[in-house]
Amino acid sequence: MASVLEVRDLHVLYRGREGEQRAALAGVSFDLEAGEILGVLGESGSGKSTLATALVRLLPANGRITRGVVLFEEKDLLQAAPEELRGIRGGRISLIFQEPSLALHPTMRAGEQVYRVLAAHGTEGKGVLREKTRQIFAMVFPEEAERIARSYPHELSGGQRQRVLIAQAVACGPSVILADEPTASLDPTTQMEMLGVFRTLREKLRVAMIFITHNPALLAGFADRVLVLYGGRVVELGPAAEVLKEPRHPYTKALFQCVPAGLERNGNGRKARLPAIAGEASVSSLPWKGCAFEPRCAERMEVCRDREPTLLGVNERHTVSCFKYEK
Amino acid sequence: MMRYFLRRLAHAFLLIFGVSILAFLFTTLAPGNYFDEMRLNPQIAPETVAALRAQYQLDRPLPERYASWVNSLIHGEMGFSFAYNSPVAPLLLARARNTLLLTVTATVLAWGIALPLGVWSAERLGRFPDRMITWGTAALLVIPDLALALGLLVLAVRTGWFPTGGMASVDFENFSFLHKLQDLGLHTVLPILALVLSALPLLVRHVRAAVAEVLGAPFLLAAQGHGISGRTLLYRYALPAAANPLISLLGFSIGALLSGSLLIEVVMSWPGLGPFLLEAILARDLYVVIGGVLFSTIFLVAGNFLADVLLYWADPRIRTESGSR
Amino acid sequence: MQLLIKAENLVKRYARRNRGGAQEELRALDGVSFEVFAGTTLAVVGESGSGKSTLALCLACLEEATSGSIWFGGKDICKIAEKERREIRPQIQLIFQDPANSLNPRWEAIGILTEPLILQGRISREEMKERAYSLLERVGLSAEIAERLPGELSGGQRQRLAIARALALEPKVLVLDEALSALDCSVQAQIANVLLELQSALGMTCVFITHDLGMAAHLADEIVVMGGGRIVEQGRVEEVLREPREQITRRLVAAVPRLARAPMAPIGR
Repeated sequence: MASVLEVRDLHVLYRGREGEQRAALAGVSFDLEAGEILGVLGESGSGKSTLATALVRLLPANGRITRGVVLFEEKDLLQAAPEELRGIRGGRISLIFQEPSLALHPTMRAGEQVYRVLAAHGTEGKGVLREKTRQIFAMVFPEEAERIARSYPHELSGGQRQRVLIAQAVACGPSVILADEPTASLDPTTQMEMLGVFRTLREKLRVAMIFITHNPALLAGFADRVLVLYGGRVVELGPAAEVLKEPRHPYTKALFQCVPAGLERNGNGRKARLPAIAGEASVSSLPWKGCAFEPRCAERMEVCRDREPTLLGVNERHTVSCFKYEK
Repeated sequence: MMRYFLRRLAHAFLLIFGVSILAFLFTTLAPGNYFDEMRLNPQIAPETVAALRAQYQLDRPLPERYASWVNSLIHGEMGFSFAYNSPVAPLLLARARNTLLLTVTATVLAWGIALPLGVWSAERLGRFPDRMITWGTAALLVIPDLALALGLLVLAVRTGWFPTGGMASVDFENFSFLHKLQDLGLHTVLPILALVLSALPLLVRHVRAAVAEVLGAPFLLAAQGHGISGRTLLYRYALPAAANPLISLLGFSIGALLSGSLLIEVVMSWPGLGPFLLEAILARDLYVVIGGVLFSTIFLVAGNFLADVLLYWADPRIRTESGSR
Repeated sequence: MQLLIKAENLVKRYARRNRGGAQEELRALDGVSFEVFAGTTLAVVGESGSGKSTLALCLACLEEATSGSIWFGGKDICKIAEKERREIRPQIQLIFQDPANSLNPRWEAIGILTEPLILQGRISREEMKERAYSLLERVGLSAEIAERLPGELSGGQRQRLAIARALALEPKVLVLDEALSALDCSVQAQIANVLLELQSALGMTCVFITHDLGMAAHLADEIVVMGGGRIVEQGRVEEVLREPREQITRRLVAAVPRLARAPMAPIGR
């Protein structure tokens, strides 16, 4: 399948208040295939949110992309001119942020917020744009589309706000959607609804999606491939079914064991200590030698402290970044 | 929604009414009255003083005096000035007009400078231009208004570019219309400059803070993520979200239109409401003082009311909140 | 087993004016009754708006119920005077969802921990510091955390600090209102272990309010399912979740994301 987005060796640095530098992304590479849902699994400190903002160059003032190539529609986004970039953001690549209550403008009606996205990318007249807005709302809100379009964000529920964000994201028919924890603040039933909406949109609009989350269970039955991020590096990448059922990287394995399974295994393991990963995800400051997960790894070896592992193929579609798989 | 405004309006009237009673009470209960000086003067017979006092109803009970004052208020006179021997209202209005000439211009100028400056500063938060502005406003804030005004006067004296006080030159009446305008303008420069300089730092800081907070907000980043940028981002997204604290500040600015310039008017001999009130207080010209206080209160209350109205119009969250009370 | 808390017909009503301008009443709690036994953990689950958070606030005496009773320590804490309520509050401690908002950002950890002790005013400074350090240990934080500000701590560390602070007053009950929801997966596991440890070592009674049924099943003994301000179903955790009887419970169980899930059909409309 053709790749719609190619990321090669992306490095992002943040400068702290005293001038110290912190690596948020340390060489991330992957391809996004047309129409696929790529789940990016990462916890705090893994660089997942940095990934989303770095791809469209919306890093905060103290962040810098120091190396890498992001190929989209035959252009390197990291070299693109600001005006070009502006057109791509929201138009060809959309971003859905966390916290729908914060990502919407507090004093602008929902309909207008979607309208403005269209207006920023189209050159058609007001009437045409208004009609388009209406259609998008009708697609995302099968009921009460008009009432919701006229409402302000604070009058909407969490799920409704999230749908408005989705409406903004798909308004201009992008080919890639970057969603950063879009369901984090929703309750489970609404969460499931949202995942369903995303999948429907993928079918209808043939749009590729990068779905960033810290909860591996969300990706089950939803993502096509899973990419696991730790310490700003890709530690595992492969088909979702494989990665979720048979994780190879020690971090991925340990992470999955953290999910309580009280509902599944006949109550075994209920009230038992969860095999939580010891320690905390450290903020890696330069320079860092060796594997980022080594300090907390249950299966660590001597070599893990000296060298950084590279991505190795377990099979043709599944890669891991761990010395255990080095032949 | 109408209920919200009617409630606010009712509050406003109650407030003005309450202030009028308090003002009346405090000024009449304060020791001394206008005729004390006359009493001390051996050339005036005590009967004359007593007769004058009776004429001005100074020996009537308080509630009666208040009632007749309200009556005079309704007739547009606001009581009687002993010193000027005339109803208070026209005196106050004339002086208020002079004050407003200064303060309205100064307020418009101050906001006109503070808004772009604050926005510019907020966009460059933490960097050198912003630090310069912060330092500059801090310096201005520290300088007392009095020092500012006196400093400007010294400037006027030393350079002779501007008149050193008052509202009109000595032979103002003989000027041509254009010359009159120019003369008036020259006289207003220093007081307006003093007012602007004293109001500016607070405004700039507030604008800067409000805009900086919005610029860091997630919804602005999200808007950028949608490809919205430049002017639309600033005028349609950032500023409206930053409006709330600024609207309240605007209400305050309007409220202070009559009362905020007293010091500067006195120092620069500008014939505004300030010096007039000061004079009246010193002379115990009762009804002028009460009238002046009432005037200022009306402006203050009106300013707040205006801010409430604007806030209601600008922020839909307030509309829902007030509806749910 | 000793009955610690007994709620009877709790009702909490809020008056509001809706968009049409008419006065309307919001029943956050509409006749809620349940029991909590000492040393056990009760999970309260439900969707947003089901009344769970209101229940937490009423239990912690931070909100007054409109009617009904909560029996604790032989008294109905809904009806006692403020003075008595002040004595009850330290015994029921609330831990919030967002540790960033519930910890004073200007105080170091040690100050945050000793504040409740100072307010109680009964022990010396030395003892207070000692207690603070032992609290840190109990929640699995290293002693060097004592000098750090909340802003310098990770989400998991902050939540541990919040739990340590709650423990400072030696409460009988811990009420956790979505206390794990804002944390990463692996950190949730760590904090869950802390809670399990508290249950076994201190015999702590917990009321665990969440919409994460998986975690509720793991930590709790009894469960109460809420919907629309009412209790829809309650009972032992394994029974209710394995064989849910009510529609709401079934929907909640079905919505739990599971690692071993088969590919979804597009539930789109």
